[in-house]
Amino acid sequence: MSIEQEIAKSTVGIATDTSLTHEQAMMNLSKVSGQFVYGFMPPEGYDRQLELGVLSDIGEGYTPICPRYLLPDYDLFLEKGCKFLRIDPPKDLFEAIEALKMFYRHIPSITNFPVYLGRLDRMLQPFIRDEAEARFLIRHFMIFLDRTISDSYAHANIGPEATLAGQIILDCDYELQNATPSITLLYDPAITPDAFAALCARNDLACAKPSFANDAVYRSAYPVEYGIASCYNVLPVGGGAFTLARLNLKAAADQANNTEDLLNRVLPEAVRLNCEFMDAKIEFLVDKSLFFRSNFLVQEGFLHLDRFTGMFGVVGLAECVNHLEALEGHTDILYGHSDAADSLAHRVMCQLTELVNAYVSPYCAVSGGHFSLHAQVGLDIDIGVSSGARIPIGDEIALYDHLRHAGQFHPYFHSGVGDIFPFEVTAKRNPESLVDLIKGAFSVGMRYFSAYASDSDVIRITGYLVKKSDIEKLARGEAVQQDNVIWGLGEVRNSHILERKVRAL
Amino acid sequence: MTAAPVNRIVLFSSVDGPGNRTVFFFQGCNFNCGYCHNPETIHLCNHCGACVSVCPTGAIRMEHDEVRYRREICCACDACLRACPRDSSPKIDWMEPEQALEILRQNRPFIRGVTVSGGECTLQRDFLLRMFEGAKEMGLQTLMDSNGNYDFSADEALLRVCDGVMLDVKCFDPAAHRVLTREDNALVLENLSFLARAGKLEEVRTVIVPDQLPNVETVRNVCKILSPHWKEDANIGYKLIRFRPLGVRENYRGISVPGESSMEELKNIALNAGCSRIEVL
Repeated sequence: MSIEQEIAKSTVGIATDTSLTHEQAMMNLSKVSGQFVYGFMPPEGYDRQLELGVLSDIGEGYTPICPRYLLPDYDLFLEKGCKFLRIDPPKDLFEAIEALKMFYRHIPSITNFPVYLGRLDRMLQPFIRDEAEARFLIRHFMIFLDRTISDSYAHANIGPEATLAGQIILDCDYELQNATPSITLLYDPAITPDAFAALCARNDLACAKPSFANDAVYRSAYPVEYGIASCYNVLPVGGGAFTLARLNLKAAADQANNTEDLLNRVLPEAVRLNCEFMDAKIEFLVDKSLFFRSNFLVQEGFLHLDRFTGMFGVVGLAECVNHLEALEGHTDILYGHSDAADSLAHRVMCQLTELVNAYVSPYCAVSGGHFSLHAQVGLDIDIGVSSGARIPIGDEIALYDHLRHAGQFHPYFHSGVGDIFPFEVTAKRNPESLVDLIKGAFSVGMRYFSAYASDSDVIRITGYLVKKSDIEKLARGEAVQQDNVIWGLGEVRNSHILERKVRAL
Repeated sequence: MTAAPVNRIVLFSSVDGPGNRTVFFFQGCNFNCGYCHNPETIHLCNHCGACVSVCPTGAIRMEHDEVRYRREICCACDACLRACPRDSSPKIDWMEPEQALEILRQNRPFIRGVTVSGGECTLQRDFLLRMFEGAKEMGLQTLMDSNGNYDFSADEALLRVCDGVMLDVKCFDPAAHRVLTREDNALVLENLSFLARAGKLEEVRTVIVPDQLPNVETVRNVCKILSPHWKEDANIGYKLIRFRPLGVRENYRGISVPGESSMEELKNIALNAGCSRIEVL
């Protein structure tokens, strides 16, 4: 197909698809041209890796108009207001919520929606005067977020301190059963009271959020404050990530003759190309694209160029290791099930870490001048490739072993990683048991923990949340408001998300 | 000898006390309740060998006149339990306290405590003492699930390392208790008062069996004894458990599950007596 034909096919396909809302059709159309028009040139040899599936630009295209993930400084906004949007600093809870509603509308990202809503409890708490009024206003605020931000990558953070605002957010979320916003508790057992953590666990088993992030570890991730954005991405507040480009370790292993060949030939080449590709894109974003040169978020100091990094995504560690073992004739040696496979996985990750850290990018001062490894959750079109370093669905091991295993591999991924566990409904009677489990998981190295109950409508797909009832609707060809449902349906079909091992507690 | 017959170990449980816990179920009970939901845990194996021939995988064998069990090739079909003529199980492991402690050590980061159950755990008193001492050193909470047929007031050493007892009060009326369990309940009721006074009563459990037991009388009398403690804010739970004809022996299979309204009535009795932690299961 010629480029003209491809553009025509994509455009007509979108314009005639009755399973898209107007908003989704508009946003999909806006992405078409960027796939064909080159604002920057990928390094030589990149296309070949793209074709082989070793590398992926995750659909960002070649003429980006803004960074992938933005984490604006909402504290500054609430303190100073915004000149460009003519918003004065709010004086009470009503004004604070109205101000945020207006501001969020203008925060872009790869999804065209904000992927970070800030530390919502800490932002709202100072404005709370009357609990009943706060419950009323926050409840409607949360309904507003779900109905206007049609994308569950929008992520609010709460904790580690317990606050009334945090409790109200949790109570509303428990009642509303919405997929958006995603929520993460920045959890530090030394700071977060057990009762507040148990409230979060209660919600996990009712509506699949909040997830728990290991705050004690993440607190020192960057020289500035961090936030959890999008799926579980750990990024600097007042900045974010220019881009995310990923390496598929399984596809890389397919190109190798054996382990040494992967470590010494395939990986170095793939890492170099991925890093050079990211730098070429970032150069365009910084020097040529409109965002950093003219957007009010940058000009008014809500975002700072020197607080952005690039995310080096990784998928398929499990399948990579299983493939390498199979090449040696060890088809029964599986990742997560054998020390030999796990130590091979550590070798792969150590080599990858070394290679990524050997590359110096001029754009990533906030992460030490290097791109930051990220356990990418996968794409809906992936088949037979597990998220990041996860043990494949269907291959799960006993719960404590699984948590220890995750704890061994989470520390490689500075800009985000996580595991997901569905639980039998019996756990609902005792949310404290889930908190005990999470405390244990963090003590053995885990960085991020997500749970949901087996009977929940809202479930976590790979990193984002979707209502099962919406997936069923879309599967029937009906349009649904939230755009992630499209990927959720793909993941259900291709990655057996609904077949995750359900844990009895 | 402190080895104990362990029927089952649940590595993580959210239903055997506060938080996440590891639970040890022991073989052998000194009650013989008509409605027992796990009758295969009542007696110790006498090595009669009735189960050997029905085992489809050869996991159960006769060696030196004793029944031996190999867990690693067991297919969990329970044919042995059905063949057993005396409410026992060949599927047990004799464990030393150190072995149990090693399991707890492995699980330590993920649990807040250990619960021992049965069968009847107090039959393994020496094992429990050693195990609980070790568990305490690890910073774990220790709970016992007991039928109360043991003189706790005479065992200060055990109570010192036990954080609480989850006590079954099956029936208040002695005659009806004897019919149900084939044992007297005087010691159970003494324990109810004693453990509450000693601050060692985690919760009381009563299984509600319609028509067979004087349920209202039992709940009312338990509440009468606990009421003063509840009024002083003692955090003693009361679990009212619906009888379910699952796993029970032949003569109890025809009995129905108690209805919503009768459970509600019992719950209200406890509520009015000042109990703030009632669970109806």
